[in-house]
Amino acid sequence: MSVPFGLDPGWLILLKSLVIFVFLVLVTLFTIWLERRIVARMQMRIGPNRVGPFGLVQGLADGVKLALKQDIIPALADRSVFILAPIISATTCFIAFAVIPLGPTVSIFGTWTNLQLTDFPVAVLFVLAIASIGIYGIVLAGWSSGSTYPLLGALRSSAQMISYEIAMGLSLVAVFLYAGSMSTSEIVSAQQNVWYVVLLLPSFVIYATSMVGETNRAPFDLPEAEGELVGGFHTEYSSLKFALFFLAEYINMVTVSALATTLFLGGWRAPAPISTIWEGANSGWWPLVWFVAKLFAFIFVFIWLRGTLPRLRYDQFMKFGWKVLIPVSLVWIVIVATARALRQSANVDSSSLLVVVGVILTILVVLSFVLDAMISRRMPSEIEPEPEFDAFAGGFPVPPLPGQKLPTPAASAQTISSTEGDSRG
Amino acid sequence: MNVYTPVLVLAAIGAGFALFSIISGAIAGPSRYNRALLDAYECGIDPTERKAAGKIPIKYFLTAMLFIIFDIEIVFLYPWAVAFDQLGLFGLVEMIVFILTVFVAYMYVWRRGGLEWD
Repeated sequence: MSVPFGLDPGWLILLKSLVIFVFLVLVTLFTIWLERRIVARMQMRIGPNRVGPFGLVQGLADGVKLALKQDIIPALADRSVFILAPIISATTCFIAFAVIPLGPTVSIFGTWTNLQLTDFPVAVLFVLAIASIGIYGIVLAGWSSGSTYPLLGALRSSAQMISYEIAMGLSLVAVFLYAGSMSTSEIVSAQQNVWYVVLLLPSFVIYATSMVGETNRAPFDLPEAEGELVGGFHTEYSSLKFALFFLAEYINMVTVSALATTLFLGGWRAPAPISTIWEGANSGWWPLVWFVAKLFAFIFVFIWLRGTLPRLRYDQFMKFGWKVLIPVSLVWIVIVATARALRQSANVDSSSLLVVVGVILTILVVLSFVLDAMISRRMPSEIEPEPEFDAFAGGFPVPPLPGQKLPTPAASAQTISSTEGDSRG
Repeated sequence: MNVYTPVLVLAAIGAGFALFSIISGAIAGPSRYNRALLDAYECGIDPTERKAAGKIPIKYFLTAMLFIIFDIEIVFLYPWAVAFDQLGLFGLVEMIVFILTVFVAYMYVWRRGGLEWD
């Protein structure tokens, strides 16, 4: 039984919206606790365990503490924009979740409805658009603070987010190609037989990488590089304004994870062994369990990354986004589209197609190695001899940089003795 | 009801929550003021004069321009991907030509060092 969208009565829309709002806030509080506990475990500590059972209420206690702190607006700040920025961030982060399907059709107080607030033909595009509006919150926060570090942090943050948004957008093209739709519920139903993570693994890898960059999470948390930027764009924010940015960051993390679940992991559908054994796994309220389980699998990976990897350098990070993720996803789109078009028009069966693709890929890999070898052979002649390292350039002693060599003491002793010899002679 | 109405409802709830937080934060917190508290935070040293707030490194402007090029490419790719099965081979060839055209621009930017950060 399926119900079209847009027919829900007003009270049901309000109820669903409130439930999504509460769900997101609770998930955020739980994620903060989970992150602190897991990272603590990875660092052989215990983590918060005092407030409530297992420290579960720690996030709420932190929120109350923040509310009781002074709300500072710096003297140089642009007051209205300074207040508006956290509102933009916190509002947009909630909206994107409206189109995430949480389950199939269920009956709520006798009204049949979808476990999804709403859906329209451009749902995924809508999520991307809302994510872009969220960047305004960050840029305006940094700009309006009237301080150096937030401005730099905001610029970095926005440059990072727009760079990874391209890779993210390109990775979704293959999904739309297979599903023939941009509506989230239709993409989920298109994955009835096989999840797109199996069919489109490269797309999933690119999406998973760029979603970490998009949410400013470790190892891509450059906007918050403490050693360089103090606190990033929210340095001047305090009290609940800061809490709103914090909330927005975590909800964004939940939203990109939910989108990844929807687009690649079959959304609310039960994983393969369960759905084959048990008929009822994909109906009623049960899909909520699978959805939340997949969501938290992603969130755990986010936390795991933070506990494992050090932060990237900014130039490495931008290089990775622009020079690796974008060309790879463009090539992948062309491959997927060609394979699909050939299978439809020429009736080529998939195994021979795979062989052809494999041969082309092998040729490409071999070519890249050959080109690499040619370039590296040409390199030594092109490299100019380094000017001799001057340990006292600019009047104070400096250590040699990578590639530079300290003049050997013997050589310098020789030059001294030779000049002495010259002067004597 | 329109399919877009629920989005507005959720946005209203979110905005209401944000407004409530900001107002309650301003009321609940203490209000003590001194000059150092209102200064820009620069790790305790006197903050630098903020000259010309509009000045930003040109690299960021370049990144934004490149973003627009690729974002427009994505905007063309999405409807093409959705309608791919109806377009057939013609659509495929057209799109490969388009991707190659943008790729030429991309290679140009790469060779000119537009993607380098130092």
